[in-house]
Order: sequence, then C-alpha cells, then structure tokens
Amino acid sequence: MENQTTILNLTEEEFVHQGNRACSGCGLSIVYRIGLKALGKNTILVVPPSCLTVLQGLYPVASTKLPCVNVTFASTGAAATGVRAAMRALKKENVNVVAWAGDGGTGDIGIQALSGACERGEDIIYICYDNEAYMNTGVQRSGTTPQGVLTTTTPIKGKLQEKKDVPAIIAAHGIGYVATASAAYPLDFYDKVKKATTLPGPKYIHVHTPCPPGWSFDTRFTIKIGKLAVQTGLFDLYEIENGQFRLTGASKNLIGKTRLPVTDYFKTQGRFKSLDKILLKKVQERVDAKWAKY
Amino acid sequence: MTTRKFCDKISRSTPGPGDGGNTGSWRVLRPVIDLAACIPAKKNKKACFHCWLYCPDSVVSKTIPPVINYDYCKGCGICAEECPAGAITMVDESTHPVEEK
Amino acid sequence: MHIIESGNVAAATGVRLSRAQVIAAYPITPQTPLTEKLSEFVESGQLDAEYIPVESEHSAMAVCIAASTAGTRAFTATSANGLLYMVEQLHWAVGARLPIVMCVANRGIGAPWTVWNDQQDTISQRDVGWIQIYANDHQQIIDSVIKAFRLAQTVSIPVMVCYDGYLLSHTYMPFDQPEQSQVDSFLPAFAPEHFLDPENPGNFNTVTLPDVRPDGVGVIAPGYIEIRHNLQEDLRAALDTFVEIDKDFEKEFGRGGNPLIEEYRCDGADFVAVCIGSLSYQLRDVIDIMRDKDVKIGVMGVQMYRPFPDKAIVAALKSKKCVIVFEKALSYGNQGALYADIKAALYSSDKKPLVHNYILGLGGREIRTQQLLDALTESCTSPDTFEDTPRWLGLKL
Repeated sequence: MENQTTILNLTEEEFVHQGNRACSGCGLSIVYRIGLKALGKNTILVVPPSCLTVLQGLYPVASTKLPCVNVTFASTGAAATGVRAAMRALKKENVNVVAWAGDGGTGDIGIQALSGACERGEDIIYICYDNEAYMNTGVQRSGTTPQGVLTTTTPIKGKLQEKKDVPAIIAAHGIGYVATASAAYPLDFYDKVKKATTLPGPKYIHVHTPCPPGWSFDTRFTIKIGKLAVQTGLFDLYEIENGQFRLTGASKNLIGKTRLPVTDYFKTQGRFKSLDKILLKKVQERVDAKWAKY
Repeated sequence: MTTRKFCDKISRSTPGPGDGGNTGSWRVLRPVIDLAACIPAKKNKKACFHCWLYCPDSVVSKTIPPVINYDYCKGCGICAEECPAGAITMVDESTHPVEEK
Repeated sequence: MHIIESGNVAAATGVRLSRAQVIAAYPITPQTPLTEKLSEFVESGQLDAEYIPVESEHSAMAVCIAASTAGTRAFTATSANGLLYMVEQLHWAVGARLPIVMCVANRGIGAPWTVWNDQQDTISQRDVGWIQIYANDHQQIIDSVIKAFRLAQTVSIPVMVCYDGYLLSHTYMPFDQPEQSQVDSFLPAFAPEHFLDPENPGNFNTVTLPDVRPDGVGVIAPGYIEIRHNLQEDLRAALDTFVEIDKDFEKEFGRGGNPLIEEYRCDGADFVAVCIGSLSYQLRDVIDIMRDKDVKIGVMGVQMYRPFPDKAIVAALKSKKCVIVFEKALSYGNQGALYADIKAALYSSDKKPLVHNYILGLGGREIRTQQLLDALTESCTSPDTFEDTPRWLGLKL
C-alpha cells in the first residue's frame, strides 16, 4: 500500500483541543490527533482507563471534539459492541464506532471483551496505542512490554518474558483487517485508519507509541525513536487484509536492505539499560530470523 | 428538594481548550522558528510543514510561515528535532519577556 | 390473554412487550431459558431488537451501558456469580444514571458451588444504588418488568427485577399476558436528553474531581460527591414515583396496589411475618393455618427493597406485638439484611414491635410448611425469649 496522503493534502481540521493534559512530547497525542483526522466528525469513541482518559480531560472540560463514552477497564470491546448495536437499533448508518485503548486495556485486562467482539464480527474499529507498559498508572509492566525492559514492577531484572504479540492474536480471529502502525509514521497510520472506515466487520490497528517519561528519553526524540524501532526491524508496519499479509511504508522499504542494529534503538532509552549482551544477541537473532522470512 | 438539570446529575464534559490550564507554563524551552531557514517561509508556498504534522499538541499552524501558539506549546522540542531545514531552535524560556504570557 | 408459562418466559415476554432495543446476556442457570426465549423472539422477528451473545456478564452490562448511553432501551439478565462478575458495571450504570433494566433469577453464590435458590446474590448488592423489585409470582414478574422500564427511564436509575430461581423461574403458572397496545400506552419510547451524538458531542463519565470546577464558560460543574448526592436524593424520591407509576399501571391493566409492600391478613394482627419473594406466598398457607387456630397473624412481602420503603414498613409494623423476618440471605458477620434494615427503620418510631430473625433456604435448602409453622408458633407463644440475633431454620447437622 502506498501512502496516498501527504503532509500537504492532510486535512487541517483538528479534532483535539489545545492545552490538554497529555505529557509534553506524548506519542499518543500524535496518534490520537492524526487518527481523529482520518475518522472525521461522524464518529463515536469508546475509551477505557488509559493515558487517553487523561488526555481527554477532567469533567467538565473535554479536549476531544467528538462524542465519547468512558467505560470500565476490561470492557472496551463490549462497550464498542453496545454502541454499534444502538446505532443499528436507531438505524443510524455511516457512524464510525471506534475504540481507543492502551496495551493493557487491549492485550491484558481487555483481551476477553475484544476477543468476543472479534468473534462476533462486530462493525467497530479498535485502535490500540501500545506504549509498552501501564503508563497511566506510572509505568508498570504489561504483556506488551518487551523483554528486558525496566518498569516499576520489573525494576531491577527487567521484564523476563517476551512481548505479547497482540496483533497476531487478533489476526488469529480471522477478522478482515489487522494492521500495525507507528506514531513516527503518521501518514501511514492515517491511511490505515481511513481504509478501516471503509471496511465492514472488526478492524484492528496496533500503533507503536513512544512515551518519553515511560521509556526514559528526552521529549524531542519521540519521532526519532519511533522511527528507529521500525528501521531496526523490531517493530514492523504491516497489514493483514482478508488473510493476506504485506509490509507497508518504511518497513516495506526495508526488504532486502540492511537494517540498523537493534542496539541503535536500545541505547536511546533508559528503560533498556539493564539489557545484557546475551539478551541483546538473542534479540538481534530473533529480529534477523523474522526478517529472513519476509 | 430542588430539581436539577439532568446533565448536572451525570459527568458529561463538553469540548473546549485548556483542560490542562495554561500548558504553555509547562515549558522550560520554547521553539523559535528562523524564517530565513524555514522552507515554506523561504519559498513562500505550501511545503514541508513537518512541524505542523508532528506537533503532539497541534499548536503549530499550517500557514506560511508556520506560527506557534505559545499559550499552549509545552516545549517538547519535536518540531525542532524533525525540521528538515534545522530552522527551529529550542531556546531557554527564561530569556523571553514575561508580558508574552 | 391468559397463558400458562414459566417465570423466565414471563420475564422474557415482559421485555418483548416493553420493546427493549438492545439485549445482551450470558447464559447462567437458572436464568438461561429467559435468555434463550429472548433470542427466539429476536430471531423470529417478534421483537425488533439487537441481541448480542456476549462472552461474559461483565461484557453484557458493558453492552447495556454503552447502548443506553447511545440512546437505546437496554436489557440484560443474570443470576448469582454472573451478577457478581458484573458488579463493577452495576456501580457504573448507577453513577452514569442509565435506565437499564435487568432480571435476576435469584440463586446462591459460590463458594461452594450451588445452582439452587437463595437471595444472597441481589441482597448482597443492596448498597450499589440499583432499584430492586422482587416478584412473588409469575404475574408480578411480567408486570414488574414492564413497570421497571417505565420507572427506570422516569428517574434515570437502573432497575433490577428479581425472582426466585427454580421456584419461580422454572415453575409454570397461569398469568395474564398484557396486550402490546396496553404496554405501548403505558410505556413511552425512550428519548433521553443527552446521548452519544456526533451532532452534540460530549464526553460521558470522565474523571471527576473531588471539588467543583468551572467549565469553559465559567459555569460551576459538580464534583463527585454532588453527583452521588443527587443519586441518593433521586433514589429516595423514586419510592413515591413508583407508587404513582403503579397507580397508572392499575388504571391500564387492572392490577396493582401493592408497589412497596404486599400485606396478607395483617389487619388487626399482633404478629407479622416479613420476607422477600415467593416465600411470602408460601407463608400464606401457614398464616391461614394459624388464623384458624385464632392466632392473630399476617404476612408482609417487601416488594421494593431498594430504595427501602421505610415509611411504609414502619406504618405497617410499628403497632404490632412482634415481627418475624424470614430471610434467604444475610449480611455475613452481622445479621439478616432485611432484619437490620427493619430494626433501623423502627429505631426512631414511638412504638416498636419485637423483631425476630430466621435465616433459611440457603443454597436451595427446602423450606417446609411445618418448619415455618413451628417457627412462627414459637415466636408467637414466647416472643420475649428471642435474642437479638438470627436463628437458622432447617439445619440438619
């Protein structure tokens, strides 16, 4: 898939107000801002507890210009189902029903409801912004935290287990559209969201979202670091449309080329500082093996 | 017992800016655009606009030249890092006069 | 028209006649036939609703919360552990002031596992803020479901209609099934003022501060405690609202008159047995036996348990000699829940009866007429010998 959208033709309309409570340099802010541009006004959002809850603001001021319902942590997939059921009952068509959840609310506590929604084939878009820990509550480890990463609940040894591959779990449900994206490649993400609005059934987009306080890097490097994750082959941009897998954008451009070594990515963030040589070697081997199959 | 409007009986927020208050006050550094180096400013036509694209807080306008809303700019520095022309510098906030706020 | 059907089907029929728009439910004994009947109504076209076969009870209530916030009439049903799985959501629905209706086929809670009837599931949730109506027979089940939808959307508080698992859910009784036109005339369409609407965007149930806070134009918005205070005030006011709704129901359907409590032979009685649910009808046989022996005794069923109809109960009981509270639930570590509520209500009354408490029927332990007769006879012959603590009826070991 080639990027249809360019910076110049990307809409200027903003759906998020300025002066919200997101951290300075927040990767989610970029993802949310761009994603809402792709979704447009005819959209209802469903949001569980997460950084987005804070970004959206405290009662009575909302930083989002779209209707939204906040829901309990485990229920996002089911709540989105409920909104869509209401739209059908009220014969309101052409409304996007979009769930925005973090990695915890998607792959850990929220996975049951999402699995149910996928199995039922609900007509929803589900966007998971993956900042690789429970950031809203202060950087505790999640299922998608990569191996070796220091978090407040893996403070010395780093996470022992590998990153949970949530997009693969969702793809195993056989839904029509699963994609990965990155905050660092907003136009690729925009086009994927736009495409999702035209497709039936469940659509799942998993967005790699750098987090300056959680990953320990200076706020100005959010985009740089997101790009490094892709350029090292650690995080791949892809689509699975009706079972057909293809790399997109910057990942597609990497096929057959030399990737940057994974250490280039790890050395930029304090959260990787306890990675030892053995684990570094293992990770590089895993990445090389994965790319050998593309 | 007073009858209250229903919307006061639930938590329902309405859209508006500044939920985080004057987030411009979060800044330690502020971005300053050198119009001589800025690509759309130099060419006087729509071009580049990386600063507009990547700003997490949408405080950079997609205009010629781009203009930064310092009321809400949090000073993250992403615009400076991503500007392909190196036209944006992060400058110590304390060097700027207070009356701008 | 008169039909003979199960309690679960009575409930499902009430939901169909009330034109629920979004139904989400997870099967759990003994609610299951209710869920199955609703899916049959929807698939056959008898009920124009969205039926979502969710993967858990927590998700069932999540669907209802979202669908209700989006402006549709939502319904779910459950029992026991299913109710408890969604407790977080029960609190959410209340705080969000959503007019969801739920049926609960009362069943004991594990551990240990039981599928049989007691009322610990809903009684243990009496503090959440849901309105609780208990049905004594199949007619009351179908009538209460219809009344519940009207009450919920009038006061913007969710309502649960509870009925004894197996004893009512699975038994068959004759009852009147109202006409659709009657229900339509009694129950107006759900048209909320605020709902999820791209034309009028708002963000529902966001983080609310401890203190009040101005909005974008300087109007002060409430804090968490004000929102909860409003809920409590509206809950207490719902008692009178329900009495009015019951009067309207009686006008339309020719049945009603006992919205908060239902008394049998309490006039001139010195002793009154009090309980919740189908047991109050079972007790009528015992009352008749004792009345034949010239014991001045009656039985009172509590129909609405939350909000607690303290004024109606005190008015009915304060001049009696002794009140005997039978409960299929308790507040563990303390006493019977209804027992404690009744005593608290009587505390500031100028006249108070003695109050006795029996816990019985837990996990479906059979309740025999002879046991009830023996217990009531003892209460009536030696009312002063009872301590202020529950006695247990029907223990075998």
